Amino acid sequence: MAEVRLGGVTKQFGAVRVIHGVDCTIADGEFVVILGPSGCGKSTLLRIIAGLEQQTSGQVFIGPRDVTLVEPKDRNIAMVFQNYALYPHLSVFENMAYGLKVRGTPRAEVDTRVRRAARTLELEALLDRRPRQLSGGQRQRVAMGRAIVRDPQVFLFDEPLSNLDAKLRVQMRVEIKRLHQSLRTTSVYVTHDQVEAMTLADRLIVMNAGRVEQIGTPLEVYTTPASTFVGGFIGSPPMNMLSGRLSASGDSVELGDTAVALAGAFPTHAGRPIVLGIRPEHMSIGGRSRLSASVELVEALGADTLVHATTGSAKDIVTLRLPGDARVDRGQRLAIDVAPANLHVFDRDSGQRLGR
Amino acid sequence: MRKRVIFNDKALPYLLLLPQVAITLIFFFWPAAQAVYFSTQIQDAFGLRSQFVWFENFGAILSDPNYLSSIRVTVVFSVSVTVLAIAPALLLSVMADKQIRGATTYKTLLIWPYAVAPAIAAVLWLFIFHPSVGLLGRFLVAIGVPWDYALNDAQALLLVVLASAWKQISYNFLFFLAGLQSIPRSVLEAAAIDGASQTRRFWTIVFPLLSPTTFFLLVVNLVYAFFDTFGTIHALTRGGPGTSTTTLIYRVYVDGRDNLNLGTSSAQSVVLMLFVIALTMIQFRYIERRVHY
Ligand SMILES: Nc1ncnc2c1ncn2[C@@H]1O[C@H](COP(=O)(O)OP(=O)(O)OP(=O)(O)O)[C@@H](O)[C@H]1O
Ligand SMILES: [Mg+2]
Repeated sequence: MAEVRLGGVTKQFGAVRVIHGVDCTIADGEFVVILGPSGCGKSTLLRIIAGLEQQTSGQVFIGPRDVTLVEPKDRNIAMVFQNYALYPHLSVFENMAYGLKVRGTPRAEVDTRVRRAARTLELEALLDRRPRQLSGGQRQRVAMGRAIVRDPQVFLFDEPLSNLDAKLRVQMRVEIKRLHQSLRTTSVYVTHDQVEAMTLADRLIVMNAGRVEQIGTPLEVYTTPASTFVGGFIGSPPMNMLSGRLSASGDSVELGDTAVALAGAFPTHAGRPIVLGIRPEHMSIGGRSRLSASVELVEALGADTLVHATTGSAKDIVTLRLPGDARVDRGQRLAIDVAPANLHVFDRDSGQRLGR
Repeated sequence: MRKRVIFNDKALPYLLLLPQVAITLIFFFWPAAQAVYFSTQIQDAFGLRSQFVWFENFGAILSDPNYLSSIRVTVVFSVSVTVLAIAPALLLSVMADKQIRGATTYKTLLIWPYAVAPAIAAVLWLFIFHPSVGLLGRFLVAIGVPWDYALNDAQALLLVVLASAWKQISYNFLFFLAGLQSIPRSVLEAAAIDGASQTRRFWTIVFPLLSPTTFFLLVVNLVYAFFDTFGTIHALTRGGPGTSTTTLIYRVYVDGRDNLNLGTSSAQSVVLMLFVIALTMIQFRYIERRVHY
């Protein structure tokens, strides 16, 4: 087990720069999820940690060791691939034993370790099968097994669950979490699935277009998104973004002809254009608010009711998540109330969060 | 999903098959049947009269020391050609599979020898190895090596082996390259992460995954060495010196055309025919049963 540290890592494919300087430290035993939209460079970053891809500049440390120029085989890591990448001509047992044999582990120990891993993952009955005789979920388990038998310093996962059906995905997610809780091996997990990210991560690294937008616990990222991108990317339905302007005193936001009071003041940005972020679940109806909207569409989901409405002043579309028993009709005018503490203020030009 | 073609007219599919069937019948089955027929006949020297003699011709060839020597030559020749055509092809394809600059040019150049006709290829080899006009041949003679494949048995065999193998390398290269490219990159990456060195990855992952291709090529190359090298041998050594490069297929020609011994020549063809049928059957059996990942 070891910490993983990236220092100023960049990556260029030809003339195209896909990673623009990533710095981060993943603590020993931590489960970190790299989350971001497709093509933002998550896999590339993971492959740089693995040594499968050579960074253009920057350094990679695993534990105290600078592995920047070390080959994958000497990094003492294990990786679970999206397509599992099992050895098709080897049995499940041999697949899991391969890494141990290559490292010259004594036969008896290979046997005990593979069997122990197989027991953990309930693969005992399948040890003699070939990968093509397994279901997708079973292959996934074998890929996990191959990673855990070697007891590496770091686990790397590249969207390991994305080829499974929804139910199996939930099940394997729980299993991965449990495995990590018992093994406590430093893990880096790449996904673009928010729910996976939120449930598995000790900390999240949110990436966008080759840059780290925010690093924090899932709760931090949810409650205090560092930018409009993070606010919009995390949470479902996404955060409502309303364009406005800070008042002259900097303690309220003017949205068209309505003013919304903030919890704190941003005197340095007084009068500047901003984006006001409000999560759908933080909007309620009634109260003293002057933010009014007319209902366009109502989606009753049972537990919740999603209401899509246009604000009267700025003609922005907002989504509200109301309790399932809320009675709202199309065309109805709503007075929307938001607790000032739940308002997020972002600079409109840079997209960066103001305050906190 | 497999596409099913539906014909409304029952005759049409047969009509469409007809050309292929006709060609097969006229150019393959008819000569084969003739060979079987002649292998049971003894003809007089002018081909005017013939007599049915059961399997006498087969007995005759099997007790002919020349024929037995041809078997020996053929075994050495075929095994050498197969090995020398497969091993370098594998090496070249592994190198071509890497991401290198100019890979396309490299691949194209490697495919060329296959397009060269056997006689032309033989002439090319003559230009290299002929003791008085060949580049390398003259060099060898100049430095004192007694190089003359027209006199030396082993040198003659070496030359026809090299020329025959060289022509087949392109074909093997293409198949190996296709085989290599169908191995998912992530499998090799997984092996790298598992700690295997490049050499180890090759022998434990790549080579086993290529085994269906290798086996297929083994059979194809054997068949090639047995049957398709006539032109090369004919142009280079004409089976000589003596009988040192007279393979079974070349002997069929010598006995049938030069010695006008149609009966034993046909018997030899039938033996070769049985051999190739056996080889093909083994291949189909093996491929059906194993190694599809
Ligand atoms: N070998 C390569 N050559 C050129 N460009 C590449 C290569 N690999 C990746 N890229 C580019 O780098 C960018 C990041 O790719 P990457 O695979 O890391 O994305 P990702 O975040 O993992 O996406 P996804 O969620 O779809 O897997 C993409 O724009 C991609 O086109
Ligand atoms: Mg990816």
